[in-house]
Amino acid sequence: MANTMTVPVETTSNFINAKHRRRWLISLIGLIVVAVGLTIATIVYSNPMPLGSNGFWKIAEARVISVVVIAVVALSHSFATVAFHTVTANRIVTPSILGFEALYGLINTAAVFFFGALGATLTRGIVSYFFQVAMMVAFATLLYTWLLGSKFTNVHTMLLVGVVMGAGLASLTTFMQRMLDPNEFDILTARLMGNISNASTEYLPYAVPIVLVVVTWLWLNSRRLDTLSLGSAVSTNLGLNHRTELIKVLIAVSILMAMTTSLVGPMTFLGFLVATMAYSIADTYSHRAIFPISFLLGYVLLTGAYFVLRHIFYAQGAVTIIVELIGGLVFLIVIMRKGRL
Amino acid sequence: MTKLSPTRPDGLVTSIGASKNPGLWSRTWPLLIGLMVTLSLIIASLFIGVYDLSSEGGREMFLITRVPRTLALILSGASMAVVGLIMQLMTQNRFVEPSTTGTIEWAGLGLILTYIFIPQPSLMLRMMVAIVFALIGTIIFFAFLQRVALKSSLVVPIVGLMLGAVVGAVSTFVALQAEMLQNLGIWFAGSFTGVTRGRYELLWIVAVTTIIVYFVADRFTVAGLGQEIATSVGLNYRAVMIVGISIVAITTGVVSVVVGSLPFLGLVVPNIVSMFRGDNLRTNLPWVVMVGIVVITLTDIIGRTIIMPFEIPVSMILGVLGATVFVYLIVRRGRRG
Amino acid sequence: MITLENVTKTYAGETTIGPINVQIPSGGITSLVGPNGAGKSTVLTMMGRLMSPDSGRITVGGLDVAQAKSNEVAKTLAILRQENHFVTRLTVRQLIGFGRYPHSRGRLTVEDERHINEALEFLNLTALQDRYLDELSGGQRQRAYVAMVLAQDTEYVFLDEPLNNLDMSHSVQMMRQLRAAADDLGRTVIVVMHDINFASRYSDNILAMNDGQVTHFDTCADTMKSSVLTEIFGTSVRIIDDIDGPLAVYF
Repeated sequence: MANTMTVPVETTSNFINAKHRRRWLISLIGLIVVAVGLTIATIVYSNPMPLGSNGFWKIAEARVISVVVIAVVALSHSFATVAFHTVTANRIVTPSILGFEALYGLINTAAVFFFGALGATLTRGIVSYFFQVAMMVAFATLLYTWLLGSKFTNVHTMLLVGVVMGAGLASLTTFMQRMLDPNEFDILTARLMGNISNASTEYLPYAVPIVLVVVTWLWLNSRRLDTLSLGSAVSTNLGLNHRTELIKVLIAVSILMAMTTSLVGPMTFLGFLVATMAYSIADTYSHRAIFPISFLLGYVLLTGAYFVLRHIFYAQGAVTIIVELIGGLVFLIVIMRKGRL
Repeated sequence: MTKLSPTRPDGLVTSIGASKNPGLWSRTWPLLIGLMVTLSLIIASLFIGVYDLSSEGGREMFLITRVPRTLALILSGASMAVVGLIMQLMTQNRFVEPSTTGTIEWAGLGLILTYIFIPQPSLMLRMMVAIVFALIGTIIFFAFLQRVALKSSLVVPIVGLMLGAVVGAVSTFVALQAEMLQNLGIWFAGSFTGVTRGRYELLWIVAVTTIIVYFVADRFTVAGLGQEIATSVGLNYRAVMIVGISIVAITTGVVSVVVGSLPFLGLVVPNIVSMFRGDNLRTNLPWVVMVGIVVITLTDIIGRTIIMPFEIPVSMILGVLGATVFVYLIVRRGRRG
Repeated sequence: MITLENVTKTYAGETTIGPINVQIPSGGITSLVGPNGAGKSTVLTMMGRLMSPDSGRITVGGLDVAQAKSNEVAKTLAILRQENHFVTRLTVRQLIGFGRYPHSRGRLTVEDERHINEALEFLNLTALQDRYLDELSGGQRQRAYVAMVLAQDTEYVFLDEPLNNLDMSHSVQMMRQLRAAADDLGRTVIVVMHDINFASRYSDNILAMNDGQVTHFDTCADTMKSSVLTEIFGTSVRIIDDIDGPLAVYF
């Protein structure tokens, strides 16, 4: 530039000022402390066996598995929702409403419908697990390549089509459920309602590495995501191939959603809840700052609810439903206050 | 045609009154053909079923089940289509109807709560509660619409569907706690199977609301252009909105108690009609009524015959078909830019 | 140099653009003018490769914008559209920092910070650098967006109606800054404009479009003629000779 005057070098921070950065750091440390505390509490609190005995470790082990399930669920929902919000340039609609729950419900219902109670066991095999995952990823990828390959690249169109397709699949599911006898219906609801203490833990050995790989990939692409959050036009101008990036991220999102949904069932508003809280705590565009906060929030929320409901209300089955209700209410309040998507 | 220019982007351009006046006959004959099709479907509906009408007691069966069922089809099909139309006029948005605004889910929540707090509630009581909840839900939706900044025609139904999802989640939670989840499922699968004498009569209420719509429909168009324009042309905006919302709530409430939820009917029918006939409210109204009856009677006949002797709930066919048509409409709109 | 060869685009069913064949020389400011719906913004958007043409070839500074690597294109041309809504809250400095993405891939170096500072200074935004965009007035925000595309340090800068929503004094200020970008920084600036007088006073060339076709492309002096303008805008235009040059009157 023609201006040859020496300009004092200032730096551009992810945060508006030092106070914001400090607030983020304190929140992060606070959340880590609470998360560690809740983890220890969940594992050892009111263990009926004497400390160090064989039985003690057995019970502790069972609880560790619950903690791992919660970690996988929190990781998947938080990373998937934040990344999805970023590439679709909206902060309201989450991947959950794109029909994952509906597809999951449909696959499970169809199995019970066609094979009776036997089908409930059929859908638990490892082969069918990967089949479900493949179905979900294929569904999402097909939907988006179709939508993005056509002449409009309007996110609102995409979202509305997703919501309506979800509703169509749900109709099909409802119909099949209606044809079930009450016994089969009970088996099915146990499956379709998210449940931490009764998770399909046999999938954990597969889900944990897959989730870790996808989450690491998203983390490494944080700066790219920062730019994608500016929308299609601006990020294309800045040299990103928006459509390719969008499809890549959407595949990652669908894998994460498939993992968590088949572990504990659908949770419509968990992702929305933790992402919304993370945005207001981190108050920055930087995904390196948002991702850890949203994950920790999800983890703390779920372990906290699990701990409280288990030891105080003796109703650990209701964890996900409680989180869903809180999330739903927060969702309504946010759209009322914001007035737009 | 005289056009009122819409103030909102993507608004419906609905002309009021046709200045072009083609011959009476050329305007009437398509209507007559439509009427014939509708009537023949109605007659088909009367005579399709498992029960052999020529056997002994066939006459009674006919009067107890077939006639009420067919009347219920006519009344609910016509009224839900018209409700969809007036909601679209009031919001100037093609994608709005009771299932994209949460209205149906609210009625469902009301029904579940009635069952929980009052053992064996009467039909009348359930209907009243459903209407009140539908009213609350519709008012919340319209209150929300006032605050929504981005009135893109796609954002409104997205938000409405999400509102419905939240209310539906609350219903599911309540039903799960009260172990009534399957009841909720059955209710949401709207069906004409159980609509017999002694039950369908409530639907005459929606006949009244539909007739009222016939006389005041134009005002909803004007109200849809916004409070300012409506007031400046001398319309009592508040009164019209209150009447409109009440009609929506009463119709949705009554139909959901007697039949169950009929997803996307109010969305698909007015859109099909305007696709073929353009947007002229006055001359489209009879078509909306007729196509509404045709669509629901056809889906009911399909539902009755496809896996005889069992029945598929109408709502399931409507849900799948409606979703398909809905997606087509969105994509078509997207292509046009 | 920007070249468009047989570029066509059909959208929304009936609107058709092209075939367009035009060469815009490097340097200076070129204004795209014409009635509403003439296709100015579409052509600019296609030149900035935010939309691809149905057929034909567009090269900017020797790069085929459809074929070249997106990141290479981003170092050659920068485009700013009219509507810019971000879901995240950004400060002015952070926004301009994003303009360095093609060079830094998100890790800002000392060199990048220097460019950011220069862009801030060039558009008088230094005092506002830590303010959030949504706290700024329309004119200030528009300047911040322009600063972002200038910080991108590209030879070509495309702006879609940069004067939209600006009042008179801010419009004058913006055009002076664009003039300086062309003269002092040696950028080639292409702008879509509505006001023919603004266009003629601050730009070097005028490219007129009508009904999806380029109807006229010439220097300002040769464009500011009653007969030419009347044809371009489809309404009778008179020319008055003011001290600073010709003025179009079209009331």
